[in-house]
Amino acid sequence: MTEKNKDKTFRIHLMVCAGTACVSNNSFEIKEALEKEIKKQDLAEEVLVVTTGCNGFCERGPLLVVQPGNIFYQQLKLKDIPHLVEEHFLKGRPVEKFMYSPPEEKTPIPILSDIDFFKKQVLIALQNRGLIDPEKIDEYIARDGYRALSKVLTEMTPEEIVEEIKKSGLRGRGGGGFPTGLKWEFVRNASSPNGGEKYIICNGDEGDPGAFMDRSILEADPHCVIEGMLIGGKAVGASQGFIYVRNEYPLAVSRLNIALEQAREYGLLGKNIFDTGFDFDIKVTRGAGAFVCGEETALLASVEGKLGEPRPRPPYPAESGLWDKPTCINNVETWANICRIINRGAKWFSSIGTETSKGTKVFSLVGKINNTGLVEVPMGITLREIIEDIGGGIPGGKKFKAVQTGGPSGGCIPKEKIDLPIDYDSLSEVGSIMGSGGMVVMDEDTCMVDVAKYFLTFTQDESCGKCTPCREGTKAMQQILTRITEGKGKEEDLDLLEDLANSIKDSALCGLGNTAPNPVLTTLRYFRDEYEAHIKEKKCPAHICRELNTYTIDEDICLNKGHGCDLCRKNCSADAILGEKKQAHKIIQDKCIKCGVCYDVCNFGAVKVD
Amino acid sequence: MPKLTLADLVKIREKTKRTTEIREGGDYRAKITVHMGTCGIAAGARKVMNAFMQIMEDKEISDVLLTNSGCAGLCSKEPMATIEVSGQAPVKYIDLTEKKTKQIFEKHVLGGDIVKEYALGIGSEKTDY
Repeated sequence: MTEKNKDKTFRIHLMVCAGTACVSNNSFEIKEALEKEIKKQDLAEEVLVVTTGCNGFCERGPLLVVQPGNIFYQQLKLKDIPHLVEEHFLKGRPVEKFMYSPPEEKTPIPILSDIDFFKKQVLIALQNRGLIDPEKIDEYIARDGYRALSKVLTEMTPEEIVEEIKKSGLRGRGGGGFPTGLKWEFVRNASSPNGGEKYIICNGDEGDPGAFMDRSILEADPHCVIEGMLIGGKAVGASQGFIYVRNEYPLAVSRLNIALEQAREYGLLGKNIFDTGFDFDIKVTRGAGAFVCGEETALLASVEGKLGEPRPRPPYPAESGLWDKPTCINNVETWANICRIINRGAKWFSSIGTETSKGTKVFSLVGKINNTGLVEVPMGITLREIIEDIGGGIPGGKKFKAVQTGGPSGGCIPKEKIDLPIDYDSLSEVGSIMGSGGMVVMDEDTCMVDVAKYFLTFTQDESCGKCTPCREGTKAMQQILTRITEGKGKEEDLDLLEDLANSIKDSALCGLGNTAPNPVLTTLRYFRDEYEAHIKEKKCPAHICRELNTYTIDEDICLNKGHGCDLCRKNCSADAILGEKKQAHKIIQDKCIKCGVCYDVCNFGAVKVD
Repeated sequence: MPKLTLADLVKIREKTKRTTEIREGGDYRAKITVHMGTCGIAAGARKVMNAFMQIMEDKEISDVLLTNSGCAGLCSKEPMATIEVSGQAPVKYIDLTEKKTKQIFEKHVLGGDIVKEYALGIGSEKTDY
């Protein structure tokens, strides 16, 4: 929107998704093409193109939602744009072929809210997604932005704010699930040594593989995080905030800086906000991508400019945090919930969710799932609803095997627990954690030992090395897992793994080490038979651990169906296949390097793996 | 930009809302459909559409849904528009001009009274048997 267009009304708004996933699918080019074509059709006075944050249905990007009407277009290509503009925006005929059709059906679904992926979602933290341009503060204000701030500054005492958040039942969305109101109360009541400073921090150091909740919130609705922090500042008595965000999130950093600048221009940050005597400002600190810096004490060190290493707790940051001052650290999604709670009341918020976990949770749904994307669901929803209804099931007709929640600190939940209602407590009962909200779906082709090895290798790599259990213990566990996947595992390895896991859990210095064994412990608990198959039978049931695989060619199929097509021999880099065209082929086991290429290239299913 | 007061915040909210409300769905008191097939466009449907937009902008109206659709089938009577006041049957207007547009908006969309002299008929076509 140019300045000239600021207050103009348009009959159609085109909401182009400009979250990171859609941007990498060329949504900026789509936007330009739309604008060009709209101009060409002389519709520039009637149709407005708006770039929004992540819409959530990343699998289908680049996305465009047409308002009014909520009409959902997906997987658009540049060459589609002239036709779309002429048909729909000029002549009023929505174009079915660019709409979404569920995998099993042929009929397209035009309306966004009728699509299963969106139907079961409840948006609180993401309530502005797809509806505002994150770079326009006025659009945020139009959706009740900064209304909660004006309410707390003029109508509420700090104690009342803390009380409201306590009553709402909001728990930290970063992983631990500590009650937010209680944390605020601790910070509020903590006395600050020499001088009254206290600090507010937003933890945006999202590091779990496959997680992009915080990133999307910062990109789509930066002001809601800023407003949450302002309210937190008023509640605990702080006047300076820091947002710690990874430098690998360039779009989030840029939109945050734009948002901060606009808020400052309006006097919503700075001195004497709304003439109420409240001062608050926010600085962005960029992290260099060390996973451990998501741990709060390591994050504090990093903000102070020191090496990002954790320290023992207590003292907790609420008591002695940034530069030894009382500090309130909450995660991005937690902050994003605050203004909604103030605006709509604790009672409303606590009516959503389960007994112990209130409100909603944002998950990034990834892995072997049809509808990859960002979803916000009420606490207490079952895994089945997320995977089957919202996620649209597993691609390729494969069977669901397990879901990993909580990233490298979490655990694998097996298919038997698919009806588990999701909240903090039920997840910890099954050995996993809520974590920040990464949800990696796995199908029958996944080897659970390999998964455990993957996550452990990740934490091992990211271990800062300060404490021995994490530095040496995870290394030892990683070596055992590697040996098992190579077919060199010993029977006593499983007990040793468990011993190591439990001692690391009890003795590591920080959360990274304490939770690092979780993927191993949960896979041992639910998929012990797979470990045993690797060790005793030297077999990988999912055929992922290649060193345990044996490839053979069914000579009958090769000759009769494939007529000895010779494709496997041509592709074998080890010259391990014997045969000629129109002859049955054979693998020489001694020469085979188990790369699996013959299996992948055979069009007749003649290559067997065991 | 000087510092915002509480009143400024409300002002920005109300002003921006008028332009962004269209994204939210919700209840509209009336729906105006301008028929914009090739015939309609050739007969001047763009002017009719723009006239409706201008009226709504001038009057700061945001609870009327203005949209377009294809040819209504009666190409000789274009430009045409269908007005559907919430809770009432849709009415089709024919041979529209900017002047007629203004009258229809005032009397029918805002007032609820059908402008009989420009109307073709009430109701929808039969679409199933």
